[in-house]
Amino acid sequence: MKRTALLLTAVLALGALVWAQNGLLINGAGATFPYPIYSKWFDVYHQKNSSIQFNYQSIGSGGGIKQVTEGTVDFGATDGPMNDEQLKAFQDKRGSGILHFPAVLGADVPTYNIPGVTAELNFTPEALAGIFLGKITKWNDPAIAGANKGVNLPAQDIVVVHRSDGSGTTYIWTDYLAKISEEWKSKVGKGTSVNWPVGLGGKGNEGVAGLVKQTPNAFGYVELIYAIQNNMPYGRVKNSSGAFVKADLASVTAAAAGASKDMPEDFRVSITNAPGKTAYPISSFTWLLIPAKIQDGAKRDAIKGFLKWMVTDGQGYAEQLSYAKLPKEVVEKEKKAIDKVQ
Amino acid sequence: MAIANPTIPSAGPAAGSRSFLSKLRDGDEIARLITFLFAASVVLITVLLVYELWINSALARHKFGLEFFVTQVWDPVMDQYGALPFIYGTLVTSVVALLLAVPLGIGASIFLAELAPARVSDTLQFFIDLLAAVPSVIYGLLGVFIVVPLMRTVIYPALNKPLGFLPFFKGPSYGVGFLTAGIVMAIMVIPYIISVSREVLLSVPRDQREAALALGSTRWESTWKVVVPFAKTGIMGSIFLALARALGETMAVTMVIGNTPKISASLFATGYSIAAVIANEFTEATGDLYLQALIELGLVLFLLTFILNGLARLLIVVTTQKGSGVVNR
Repeated sequence: MKRTALLLTAVLALGALVWAQNGLLINGAGATFPYPIYSKWFDVYHQKNSSIQFNYQSIGSGGGIKQVTEGTVDFGATDGPMNDEQLKAFQDKRGSGILHFPAVLGADVPTYNIPGVTAELNFTPEALAGIFLGKITKWNDPAIAGANKGVNLPAQDIVVVHRSDGSGTTYIWTDYLAKISEEWKSKVGKGTSVNWPVGLGGKGNEGVAGLVKQTPNAFGYVELIYAIQNNMPYGRVKNSSGAFVKADLASVTAAAAGASKDMPEDFRVSITNAPGKTAYPISSFTWLLIPAKIQDGAKRDAIKGFLKWMVTDGQGYAEQLSYAKLPKEVVEKEKKAIDKVQ
Repeated sequence: MAIANPTIPSAGPAAGSRSFLSKLRDGDEIARLITFLFAASVVLITVLLVYELWINSALARHKFGLEFFVTQVWDPVMDQYGALPFIYGTLVTSVVALLLAVPLGIGASIFLAELAPARVSDTLQFFIDLLAAVPSVIYGLLGVFIVVPLMRTVIYPALNKPLGFLPFFKGPSYGVGFLTAGIVMAIMVIPYIISVSREVLLSVPRDQREAALALGSTRWESTWKVVVPFAKTGIMGSIFLALARALGETMAVTMVIGNTPKISASLFATGYSIAAVIANEFTEATGDLYLQALIELGLVLFLLTFILNGLARLLIVVTTQKGSGVVNR
């Protein structure tokens, strides 16, 4: 009994010690897609400022928005911007607004497995929408073949594969399809999960990639990072300037730069189908969600300090983890916006 | 102890033990209370679970009512939710799993309990227990890398060519689907059936076997006509344990079922199960109604399990009454 008590005291003391050492602990929760870069950032930032520690739970964008609205975490993170309804809910609950800060960029790429075809395929927006609406069912359909002269596409049925779990990846993909196809917009819409007209569902990027690799004549979409890290072949997509662009870190950053001219003050902007000759059309920001009013002065300063570091020095860590950097224009705007946090 | 009543030595221990017992009586009461609380907590947790599911799905329940059970659309963008494809997928995969697992599992348990030498039986039992402890995501991987390609290249052509005229075996196959999910689930639940059934068969009294053999029956006759019927209740129990596991299985199923909320008669078609859709969409469910519809699906799964368990109990009662009165374990 005595020993247990002693042990308990020791554990408690140790816990208190660890807690005291932490100094300031800032809690966040949200999107899974930027988790690798966030944990890298938080780790590096903690090494530079040992009194500040971040704790980030990658529970998904939906959970991030919910928790930051409830006030159970200090900041949230999301792959799709909060909608007006969610902003209003936050305002009603907390009495002040919430700000979006773009952190890095991501993109979706079309991937396929056609036996006998090794060429990098070109996809027009019409072809992508047609395939996912179930209107284009064969690989040799003129809508696909027309953009791929010289490639011998088979007269086989296309097996469409999409994500089954709710995800930011799906949000970007459906946001793009809704922009380039009226029919998609009215029939399906955009969201982290949608009512897919056709196709099989795979869980996570690895689920989609696995199904595409295994199933002959399959076609699906995965995150750019996932495709790069796993050396998966993926196709080019025709952008709004009419050029077929292959997704890479530069073309994704170019999309953000192209869209930054019309960037709204709150950064809630979709950059799919962005203007610019070199812009990759299926790109998106991922955002940090910071309450506009933070009562705790120490926390406020720490968060603002981190944001400033994130958009400047922090961006240097993005590319080694296969995330596209923010373009200069956006960084300048964000620097100004950071002062809005009170 | 004995000092309490030294004149009657023989009564010593008895009297002593009585006083010892009475001292413990208070302790008995305490033990009874504590264990009762433990037992009650099970009920409490169940009630609390239903209560939470009920309360947190209020919005969806009011909006859709009983329509929820018959609607086939699941559209998070338009906020339209129906449970039918998920209920269908859950039931179909579970039934397929049991159809495959029950004969295999019971056959294996009869071999292990009745026919195999004790050493073989014990060794095999070790492996079966090991199988039961394998996490379901491992079975999912087994499904993705072995069963799915096998389905596409071997099982589908073998079934579709001769039996393609039946609605169950019609249509194209992508490897994933109801049948694949059923097969993977069968592999997962077989260890439960074998393990429990073997124990039950082993606990059948020896006189039963000896009596049957004495009457001139063969080894198989004594096993099939005496031992197995004697153990029927317990074997049923193992099957329902397997069913419960199959209904709630999430990870392995979502990896091989195809995740499309559609109802098709063909076992090669892709579908969706209740547990799988909850696991897939819960984290990113942002709208209130969306989240509540998912919670209501959880309630539906609970209800489904409840009903099937009730039916199972009923079945046991009915069959044991019909039987020759051999109701025990």
